[in-house]
Amino acid sequence: MDALLLAATALVLLGLGALPRLVRGPTVGDRVVAVNALGTTTVVVIALVAAALEEPGFLDVALVYALLNFLLSIGLAKFAVERGGVL
Amino acid sequence: MRPGGVLAAGLAVGSVAFTLVAVVGLYRLPDLYARAHATSKADTLGALLGLGAAGVALGGEGGVKLALLAVFLLATAPTAAHAVVRAAHDQGIEPWTRGDGRARDPDAEPGTGPERESDGGADG
Repeated sequence: MDALLLAATALVLLGLGALPRLVRGPTVGDRVVAVNALGTTTVVVIALVAAALEEPGFLDVALVYALLNFLLSIGLAKFAVERGGVL
Repeated sequence: MRPGGVLAAGLAVGSVAFTLVAVVGLYRLPDLYARAHATSKADTLGALLGLGAAGVALGGEGGVKLALLAVFLLATAPTAAHAVVRAAHDQGIEPWTRGDGRARDPDAEPGTGPERESDGGADG
């Protein structure tokens, strides 16, 4: 389906739009938020490509990517505070 | 194009629109708290719409996995934003407010505010 691939392309470009925030920061939290937004966009891109190519197997990749994205945010948030109780 | 193709295309357009809102917010808002606020809501809604588009287009076997993925994202994206913001607050980063004299520069260093009371006592 062309519409889904077109939407996936637009989401990739929007994900690239989050990169300036990742580079400039200025705090660690800003970078983590930017990476989190980029990761969420990547999950949607993988799902849209899976639907466009009619390959349901790609959805496992998206699921694992979402899991790693969540763990990255929690890990970095815990790492940033010494006593570690962020949840 | 399948019967659900128009619906899938509409959902995909909505997904792109909300993600655009999230990215603009990430780029333009003045501090970490406002940025986390923008991305944790607009980006989550954009992701759910995008997964819905994929589910409508794929149907059947992929639908269950996509529903699982949507529930997972709906639970974890706000949780991650909460954890990051709380870590920043524990580090003493003050939220930007209109009257505190700092310029509304999206790339300015955040103030750390007045020193928090230390657990050592005042005497000594």
